Amino acid sequence: MRRGVLSRVIIFSALALLSLLFLAPNFLGKKDSSGTVEMPGWWPSFLPSDAIHLGLDLQGGSHLVLEVKLDKAVENHMERLKNELTNSFREKGISGVSVERVDATQLQIKAAAASVERVRSILKADFANLSEVKTPQTSAAGTDFYMTLNREETRALRDYIVDQSLETIRNRIDQFGVSEPIIQRQGINTILVQLPGIQDPQRAKDIIGKTALLEFKLVDDNVNPEEAVKNGPPPGRQVLFGQVGKGAAGASPAKVPYVLEARTLMTGEYIQDAKVRPGQQLQGPYVELILNDQGARLFEQITAANVKRRMAIVLDNNVYSAPVIQERIGGGRASITGSFDIKEARDLSIVLRAGALPAPVEIVEERTVGPSLGRDSITQGLTSFAVGGALVVLFMIAYYKGAGLVADVALVFNVLFMAAILAGFQAVLTLPGIAGIVLTIGMAVDANVLINERIREEIRAGRSVRSAIEAGYQNALPAILDSNVTTFLSGVILFQFGTGPIKGFAVTLCVGILTTVVTAVYLTRVYYDYRIGARRLERISI
Amino acid sequence: MELIRSGTKIPFTHYRKIAVILSTVVNVIVLALLFFRGPNMGVDFAGGTIVQLKFQQKTTIPDIRQALESIQLGGSTVQDFGQEGFNEFLVRVEKTGIQVTALSDQMKKALGAKFGADKFEIRRVEYVGPKIGEDLRWRGTWSVIASTVMMGVYIWIRFASAFGAKFGLHFGIGAVIALIHDVLVTVGALMLANYEFDLTVVAALLTIVGFSVNDTVVICDRIRENLRKIRRESLENIINTSINETLSRTILTTGTALLVLLALYLLGGAVIRPFAFALLVGFTSGVYSTIFIASPVILLWDKSFKQR
Repeated sequence: MRRGVLSRVIIFSALALLSLLFLAPNFLGKKDSSGTVEMPGWWPSFLPSDAIHLGLDLQGGSHLVLEVKLDKAVENHMERLKNELTNSFREKGISGVSVERVDATQLQIKAAAASVERVRSILKADFANLSEVKTPQTSAAGTDFYMTLNREETRALRDYIVDQSLETIRNRIDQFGVSEPIIQRQGINTILVQLPGIQDPQRAKDIIGKTALLEFKLVDDNVNPEEAVKNGPPPGRQVLFGQVGKGAAGASPAKVPYVLEARTLMTGEYIQDAKVRPGQQLQGPYVELILNDQGARLFEQITAANVKRRMAIVLDNNVYSAPVIQERIGGGRASITGSFDIKEARDLSIVLRAGALPAPVEIVEERTVGPSLGRDSITQGLTSFAVGGALVVLFMIAYYKGAGLVADVALVFNVLFMAAILAGFQAVLTLPGIAGIVLTIGMAVDANVLINERIREEIRAGRSVRSAIEAGYQNALPAILDSNVTTFLSGVILFQFGTGPIKGFAVTLCVGILTTVVTAVYLTRVYYDYRIGARRLERISI
Repeated sequence: MELIRSGTKIPFTHYRKIAVILSTVVNVIVLALLFFRGPNMGVDFAGGTIVQLKFQQKTTIPDIRQALESIQLGGSTVQDFGQEGFNEFLVRVEKTGIQVTALSDQMKKALGAKFGADKFEIRRVEYVGPKIGEDLRWRGTWSVIASTVMMGVYIWIRFASAFGAKFGLHFGIGAVIALIHDVLVTVGALMLANYEFDLTVVAALLTIVGFSVNDTVVICDRIRENLRKIRRESLENIINTSINETLSRTILTTGTALLVLLALYLLGGAVIRPFAFALLVGFTSGVYSTIFIASPVILLWDKSFKQR
């Protein structure tokens, strides 16, 4: 018996020591500005050196859920396919065929009777990624094909778009400079972004959410913009607006309409770099674009072909500027001017460098907590932890005296182990998580109550102290396990269901249950076994 | 110290008729409230925006509303938040013409114009889109239902080996009915106290389900033990003995949990208060339902038990 006690004492001491090691960084380490923990020099590098991670609700920061507008992206893709088909038919010299987009996902190909067979063979050979929505409709004039992207292709496209969006957003956030951001795909079309300790959430949202689709389009000066606004633009043309001046505070800036050729000459995909340049004299700063080789060649061709015409630089359907092309521009440099301040110019250069999002994104959930509220929450959480813990500890001593004290010691170990596991597995501590720890304290003593009540019963039934303890532990165990399993189960469901802070609660609840069973049942038992083994136990304080 | 004298014999099952009638009435009222008035949904479930503001000097709700008027948010709900005298407020915006993502910025400007830019602080912004809200509402409801059913199944399986599948099922059903009762009582209390239903409330309900079933397990465990020990007694007497024997444990355990919850409720801050409130009510209800609901439900199957 004594040896059994000794080995268990050693095991629990080792566990306690290990726990202290895992928790040491929280006391010894210094947090630097980027949030990483710096340990003192004498701390060996193989030992844990990471402090408990605080959730956004405790350290402040933004939690954003973005929905990628896949339908819009699929629609864009169909539009491109339509152009590809048209080009392909033209190249192959097939006449009497036209392609129209019927809705967001469907193309209608009208082929004259003479060219039906050739159209069919091209569709089969070169556009295997398309499948028929319904059987082709044949009339005297010809045949209409109704095509859409086939299922695998659609799925692959959607996957690609979401992954691409995630990459782009990651790039932007990296350049924006946030320490330890979390950027994850969540479900089919949503992306989770967590930005701890962020100072200006609005700016971050602007940078993340901007589609940043840069397009170069020609201005049609033959159409009067005012009339186009009133009567709608002529075919092949579109009206977009540009802003003049920032306008006085409060007043909305003046909007100037432009009539543009709908055809896009070039997009921002060729941008290699974007830099903020100081403006001359009265002008604000501007953003200089540096194009890659391919882009530079394309840009040269375009400018050469359109000398003396005006080319609009359009970002997300806003016209930034529409300078006249004076001459062919080589060297692959272009600039975007507009009335923005240095901060706006910097943000613009970030999104241009990181590239456009392949589809628009929408913020569907935002939870932002300021740092001061986080600090208050920590204080309040710790206060309730201390007060609640003290109440339970005092109550146990008052009710069970010696046995209560034993349970209280187990409780201290319980909290120690719980904290160490949270630190060791790098779980995130949230305000509900702290509540979970506090609650665990209240519930952990349940096991001791069950055991102690049982021991009291057995003593009343006339058993010796020794066998009462034996029987108490044995008989109470099934109920203890049962009740912890049920709570654990609902903790698991909660983890599945919850988001952010709630997950933190589920984690502490479940971890707390594990440590409770270990400490309240097995740790306290060590003490009683020691007492039993040391001398004949005739009385017990319970 | 002893809270419940050993040898206490309260004939709990005698009160089962009163208890069943009382609980049924309470539950029907809560269900009626749920369906006809509906719970007060927080932004997590209803969608919308909340902004938590803290002012440095004394500020009144009409003042804030007036400032919000300038950006057409005069109709927003503005309420005190946190402790009195802390000048903290919660603004809830349901729908607005302003793009939701720019809302806090607009609000900052509007409040800054009236109170001075450095005289207040936006401490928290939560925006939940309508689709997400609906999704969360759906998942929240189902997770509470799923865990309740799961507890019943667990108890069924757990006690099936000792009593046979049929009687184990009775224990499971008894537990589920008790849990439904606890959840409904908590929901009713939250509605009466005018708390909003949000994610933390669902977390609280799930915790109540997991915790409240503990008492049922412990009592059922004792019933099982006593059934073996005491052969000649009626099931009713055995149930009563079991409840009495475990009574002090039931009260103590819930008592210590209530102690820490009280600390959380009073000191944990306004964010955690609804959560603590729900648990306080639910755990208390758990004691009652185990004693007066779960055990009598088992008695309902007394006949089938005797036939065994």
